[in-house]
Amino acid sequence: MTLTCHGLRRRFGALTAVDDVSLSVTAGARHALIGPNGAGKSTLFKLITGLLRSDSGRVSLAGQDVTTASEVRRCRLGISQAMQHASLFPTLSAAENVTLAVRRHEGRISWMPRRQPSIHARTDEVLDQVGLADRGRVQVGALSHGERKQLEVALALACRPKLLLLDEPAAGMSAAERAGLVALIAGLPAEITVLFVEHDLDVVFELADTVTVLNLGRVLLSGDPAAVRASDEVRQAYLGGAR
Amino acid sequence: MGAWLDANLVGVVNGFAIGFLLFIVAVGLSLVFGMMDVLNLAHGAIFLLGAYVGAALAGGNPSWGGFLGALGLSALLGLAGGGALSAMTEPLRKRSHLDQALLTLGVTLVVAETLVMVYGDDPLAVGAPPGLDGSVPVLGAFYPTYRLVLIGIGAVLAVLVYLVVERTTLGALVRATVADRDMVAALGVDNRLIRVGVFAFGSMLAAVAGVLGGPIYGARPGLDSTVLILALVVVVIGGLGSVRGALLGALVIGQVDSLGRTLFPDVASFVLFGALALVLVVRPRGLFGGKLGVRS
Amino acid sequence: MTPAAPQPQRWAKPGVVAVVLVVLASAPLFLAPFATSTVSRILVFGLLAVSLDLLVGISGLPSLGHAAYFGVGAYAAGWVSINVTSAIPVPLLVGAVAGALGAALTGWITVRAHGVFFLMLTLAIGELLHQLAHTWEPVTGGANGMAGIPPARVGDQPLVVSGYVHWYVLAAFAVGVAVVLVVSRSPFGLALRGIRDNEPRMRALGYPTRVYKYAVFVFAGSIAGMAGALLAAQQRLVTPADVGFATAALALLAVVIGGVGTLWGPVIGAALVILIRDAIGPGLDGHGTLVLGLVFIAVVYVLPRGFGGLVSRRHR
Repeated sequence: MTLTCHGLRRRFGALTAVDDVSLSVTAGARHALIGPNGAGKSTLFKLITGLLRSDSGRVSLAGQDVTTASEVRRCRLGISQAMQHASLFPTLSAAENVTLAVRRHEGRISWMPRRQPSIHARTDEVLDQVGLADRGRVQVGALSHGERKQLEVALALACRPKLLLLDEPAAGMSAAERAGLVALIAGLPAEITVLFVEHDLDVVFELADTVTVLNLGRVLLSGDPAAVRASDEVRQAYLGGAR
Repeated sequence: MGAWLDANLVGVVNGFAIGFLLFIVAVGLSLVFGMMDVLNLAHGAIFLLGAYVGAALAGGNPSWGGFLGALGLSALLGLAGGGALSAMTEPLRKRSHLDQALLTLGVTLVVAETLVMVYGDDPLAVGAPPGLDGSVPVLGAFYPTYRLVLIGIGAVLAVLVYLVVERTTLGALVRATVADRDMVAALGVDNRLIRVGVFAFGSMLAAVAGVLGGPIYGARPGLDSTVLILALVVVVIGGLGSVRGALLGALVIGQVDSLGRTLFPDVASFVLFGALALVLVVRPRGLFGGKLGVRS
Repeated sequence: MTPAAPQPQRWAKPGVVAVVLVVLASAPLFLAPFATSTVSRILVFGLLAVSLDLLVGISGLPSLGHAAYFGVGAYAAGWVSINVTSAIPVPLLVGAVAGALGAALTGWITVRAHGVFFLMLTLAIGELLHQLAHTWEPVTGGANGMAGIPPARVGDQPLVVSGYVHWYVLAAFAVGVAVVLVVSRSPFGLALRGIRDNEPRMRALGYPTRVYKYAVFVFAGSIAGMAGALLAAQQRLVTPADVGFATAALALLAVVIGGVGTLWGPVIGAALVILIRDAIGPGLDGHGTLVLGLVFIAVVYVLPRGFGGLVSRRHR
């Protein structure tokens, strides 16, 4: 599913967090969003998911204008996000967490307990997909940090997204977990468009076919990974940001 | 309009008297809410304590000495009570709102029941001090002097509290804590003493209001929840942690309560609820509310 | 275990349930009438507490005004019994519908609020309904309460003996608790737990959370209304105190003592609360409230997760 942002702007008081950002994510892309801290990446994500409203500009999904659509409505249209800081249901089990997402997407939320083999099968499938097949009965509170991030991705995938937003999916993961995550994202079918924010440039250049660089709320550069890697401007923004 | 005002002038002035009294009660509740995110259900019990102090020291036919003595003693008791409540809720800071509510609810039950054990079930009357117990003509209608004086006292207190909170360094810290508790903590400001202070100060005002309200409400079991509810509605309407909001909310609720009772005696509760609902639909965070109301 | 089902609970063990029901049902056979009616009162109050736990423990909606819907149900059932018919199950259904209506009329405001605002609003609404019970004398009987409620009838046969009344209360209690348990284990119940744990995430998953909260608020109101109808049948008198904050607070105390979110714990909590109020209170010149206040304070510090918390901790 294509995503087009046109001239998005969002202020917080005196700070313009996102400043006239236009972005085009083509269907099936593996599109990375990079930039130093405070570049506006997370705010841009929130504008895309509908958690925040933009002050001006437009967002459209598959050609349909969703600038004023609610978060729930955009979710229905096929946007799904894995949060930067795992945002889960701490007292429920891993499987129950996924079930909530699966059932919203393809089940009925009935008032009566019922056997729903297809829901259970789909839950197991998603858990297996992210490598948590044998952790389904564990309460989220007892999962490791890396496992919670995996579960976060599982929740996003359970909605059968057409556009998957991943906010620093690899942050805080062990090397092994990171390798699993990269393999998972690389193995996603082409129907799922992926837009991700990541600080680990190895992960970025391994996965992305397009890279957009944000700095101070503006788009610095957008293009294929090789061009971005070669850009002096990008190097300067990054090194400048680090210094 | 003129004729209506003539007919309802007493109601309107009454509304102001109740409104200012409510402000004195509600401002402490609001600041404790705003600063500590604690729902202090014992606030009404502190008011009731003040009311019974007034009944005991001043009584139905008070001397100035008795009345002022009651004010002084209730202020001390209020300070002590607020300090104790602050100490009791401190260990619960990381716990849910429900736990804090339960604790203060328990305190309310204990205080109210102890007062019943000491003073009995019957309502006790409290008179106005000599010289203020008569009536004065206001625009052709006779009106109890004490209530006019109460309006004056309330207005002076409102100005004082406003100046302290809006114009002093201490007040700035209080406001900063209301606006962003975590940020103030992150700045390394140890606001524990201020928390205790605000709690004690707010409770002192509630206890003093109990004495001041004596000539209107008397002292009786159940008064604590009546006053608590009115104060809560004031705080919801005015917005958490806002002095201006508490004043405006109190004056509005004072009028709604007073006029509602005279004009629509059967549905006064509904009028109050209607006002609450209306404000919440139009301004979900209260008229002067910050971000607290929408936090999830 | 299927992923959708909650952790196995004691209620899930049919043997325990059967034994408890048999013991409760045989209460009139070995208890004096007064003691029997105390057990009935515990069941009435227990059903109220269970419906409150559905809000507090399962959905994360700590209501301080739940007694309002209990009272609305009680007055409605009482009114129907006096003016129309007291034939079972009419008053019970009327109570449930009235409780649901009351919750529906006020809930649309409360479910918009979060945190401390929710507590305040439910408290304010409960108290306003309490005042209404006081002032709307032609219907409620004002401060004296609604007296002269006829006994519930099965067909033409009035239930006068306390044992029969007890069985009626027990049957309705069992149905009410069963319905709450069923709902709490349904997909809807899991969604409620999700909202309790992390409402923003539920919205991000596409759940219209406010609708869900409204639905459970109304549903819990209808169960509370049902409990109110039982109160009217058992006590045959409804007073403003039954609507008031004190009743709501005691129900909350029952939930917290019993263990928030366990659904069975609040019934045990209700038993403790009623025993303190009705059995120990009279021995203290009616100052059982003082004891209850101290219990409130003690529970917050000593037993934050209630007795149910003790049990489930041992099971983990």
